Amino acid sequence: MDALMAARLQMGVSLGFHIIFACIGMVMPWFMFVAEWKWLRTNNPVYLDLAKAWSKGVAIFFAVGAVSGTVLSFEMGMLWPKFMEHAGPIFGMPFSWEGTAFFLEAIALGLFLYGRNRLNKRVHLYAGLVVGIAGVLSGIFVVAANAWMNAPAGFDWVNGHAENIDPVKAMFNKAWFSQAHHMTIAAFSATGFAVAGVHAVLYLRNKLEIHKKAITIALAFASVAAILQPLSGDLAAKNVAKLQPAKLAAFESHFETQKKAPLIIGGIPNEEKQEIKYAIKLPGFLSFLAHGDFNTEVKGLEEFPKEEWPPVPITHYSFQIMVGIGMFLMLIAVIFLAGTFKWEHWLEKKWWLKLLFIATPLGFIAVEAGWIVTEVGRQPWIIYGIMLTKDSLTPMPGIQYTFYTVSAVYLLLSFVVIWLLSRQIKMLHKKYLSNG
Amino acid sequence: MAEINLLILVVCLLLYVILGGADFGGGILELLTRGKAAGIVSKAIAPVWEANHVWLILVVVILFVGFPTVYSTVLTGLHIPVLLVLLGIIFRGTAFTFRHYDIEEARPKAIYSIVFQYSSLFTTFFLGVTLGGIILGKITLDYTYDFYTVFVLPWLNIFAVSMGFFMVLLFAFLAAIFTVSELNDEKHITYFSKVAKRLLLGLVLVGALVFGGAQLSGHPLLSEFLQSPVSLISITLATLALPFLWHFLNKPNRTLLRLIAGFQTTMIVTGWFAIQFPVLIKLKEGMDITLQNAAAPPKIQFYLLIALLFGVLVIFPSIAYLYKVFKFSNDSNAINNS
Ligand code: HDD
Ligand code: HEM
Ligand code: HEM
Repeated sequence: MDALMAARLQMGVSLGFHIIFACIGMVMPWFMFVAEWKWLRTNNPVYLDLAKAWSKGVAIFFAVGAVSGTVLSFEMGMLWPKFMEHAGPIFGMPFSWEGTAFFLEAIALGLFLYGRNRLNKRVHLYAGLVVGIAGVLSGIFVVAANAWMNAPAGFDWVNGHAENIDPVKAMFNKAWFSQAHHMTIAAFSATGFAVAGVHAVLYLRNKLEIHKKAITIALAFASVAAILQPLSGDLAAKNVAKLQPAKLAAFESHFETQKKAPLIIGGIPNEEKQEIKYAIKLPGFLSFLAHGDFNTEVKGLEEFPKEEWPPVPITHYSFQIMVGIGMFLMLIAVIFLAGTFKWEHWLEKKWWLKLLFIATPLGFIAVEAGWIVTEVGRQPWIIYGIMLTKDSLTPMPGIQYTFYTVSAVYLLLSFVVIWLLSRQIKMLHKKYLSNG
Repeated sequence: MAEINLLILVVCLLLYVILGGADFGGGILELLTRGKAAGIVSKAIAPVWEANHVWLILVVVILFVGFPTVYSTVLTGLHIPVLLVLLGIIFRGTAFTFRHYDIEEARPKAIYSIVFQYSSLFTTFFLGVTLGGIILGKITLDYTYDFYTVFVLPWLNIFAVSMGFFMVLLFAFLAAIFTVSELNDEKHITYFSKVAKRLLLGLVLVGALVFGGAQLSGHPLLSEFLQSPVSLISITLATLALPFLWHFLNKPNRTLLRLIAGFQTTMIVTGWFAIQFPVLIKLKEGMDITLQNAAAPPKIQFYLLIALLFGVLVIFPSIAYLYKVFKFSNDSNAINNS
């Protein structure tokens, strides 16, 4: 493995790990807030138990999110010093606002987790809401920074240097909105289905009321998100078609420039032969998706010099996985919403609980796939059209070893977190069963 | 404006050393006292540790937004010790939280404790080594030298290593002070005051080692200190505070103990900064990275400052509230995570 590959993989592993905890940290506070609010309104102690049980999980996830995020803020400079030297001042503004958001989030979380017996009930409840709002804000800020890498703006590139930097223009670049809403919705959908799935499995085993309540809260958020997701994805795709035509061509495996370009579903792309086999092709639909008209021309990869092609198969498969999952989750969401009026009835159905169980990891798989589309699809650029990834690599040799180390640590950590959560759940059950 | 942002950076660093230091030191203190401190330290720290470490993130963000060459130079030349710090941060933060939240059971708890204690020591040590590397001036921008010269020499030297030990003692000392001022029962107060006094002695000794190490590593820290009035004054003040500290360790007074320890740390950081300024990183070749040549353009500094000031407006009141809710109440034992 060469150093560039190792560095890219290390960045990918670190971000791919962090994003799971970041999503949970953004969304779980909202669920906790609803549970807490319900408890205050209904006085049903099950809601209180739920809020408490969730808050322990959140504390664990939050800590892992915080340390992995801290690592990231150093890693960007350890792996890509040249990139950060130029990009830091330009895309740094969202990061500096994010600092404030993190702080608020961490403070409010401290109040929410430890303040139950010390704070006024309302103050405690709203501390939960502040955690949620600050979490979503910080997510939006980092994504704005990432969007700048896809749609660099707010500077003039003169002789390898940025001049006339305008941080506001850089932050509100052409990709920030489309990425920010898609990401936020994705976080709600992924976390919601994961939580609902875990509680569905538990409910299959033990018919405890707490799980029923948990599934309802999680699905209420997730289903709205899952229905919005394909719409928001469509906007994202249109934006990519405009800003990064090579990326769109890569994730669609669209080699030839065509009018009435077909939408390609599935298939195995072959970069050498510039063709895709075994795919379903819907003529004209790619033109429609990318530009809103069946007849428009869509640029194929052939328009770009080969050194500027992103890796085609990976981006293609990842895109298919994301969209496939998006459609499936939307289906579940529709079933859920259509059936709300007979909700009690459905929750006793095994097929429904099993369906939820199947959906448990899907949202997060789609999140990872979506990020691979975005990040690998930007290659070979680290700042699209401005700076190549390979030109910003650290001179430090032996990145292979740091990559192995970081991956091993995160793998270990993943196992420990899963083990911890299963222990928490067992505890909860013991408590309930002993109370009769 | 770059000066103001730099000042805010130093204040964040200082707060990280004082607040984060007490919590890193907590792990070291547990190790030194063979677990005696465990319950006390983690109870006192749990509600605030999430907030504590955001100071470090702020330092990093101010660096790469406002002083990008500093950020990239440090993270290249000191890649190895920084990586070690990061690994330590991962193990420390997670072990601490897991210990707090995992269900009560002796064996995993013991493992979390061991990981937390040793990684606290490890992380603090390499944090000191990294700082030593920044101060010493052996970092080079010429990457055509051999691996050893570019990536090892800047931090593997007597000075940086003694900075590592200094940091360990400083953090443990801060944690001991923090613990003493959190306690209510006489027996423990006496015990931890004794520990704090020993650490203080160690700190003075290692402080001397730091100056000696600098001389040996070719960095005349002592004479630079003597030439800068500001650092001379601050180190004198820090030294003058010692007897008071000693006195209040014999007759513990919560508020004064904390204030004096905080004051001393502030003086040490000020003293260091005064001799360094306006150089931010000394380079092997002599062409130092300074405030002037590292600062991002004024427009960037302006927006950075606005974000930071807004942050100050929002954050300080909320932090004060957080500390008020959890700290200045006498029933620190009542902190239970429901
Ligand atoms: C639950 C997760 C999830 C689901 C179901 C979907 N996405 Fe997605 N997608 C993401 C999660 C995600 C993401 C991880 O959040 C990304 C990565 C970067 C970003 O902003 O969002 C993303 C990126 C992303 C991009 C690249 C944006 C860029 O590079 O700027 C496109 C074109 C789409 N998505 C399109 C879709 C479509 C058409 C979907 C149809 C169902 C879809 N996504 C479902
Ligand atoms: C958390 C969600 C994210 C995930 C899962 C993710 C994933 C990845 C992956 C897989 C790569 C390697 C791509 C390749 O080299 O082929 C990468 C590269 C990179 N990402 Fe992201 N990314 C995320 C968000 C971000 C954000 C928010 C930023 C910055 C603001 C960012 C900055 C970078 C940088 C600097 C690189 C290295 C250069 C490059 O390969 O282009 N990423 N990321
Ligand atoms: C799309 C990508 C990302 C999203 C959505 C995201 C979001 C979040 C969120 C919500 C948190 C709060 C902690 C939690 O709740 O678990 C967090 C933590 C953190 N993130 Fe990320 N992040 C992303 C990528 C990055 C990148 C690229 C960096 C590097 C600069 C970063 C740096 C941090 C830091 C330093 C923390 C710890 C702050 C704390 O104490 O809460 N994040 N992130």
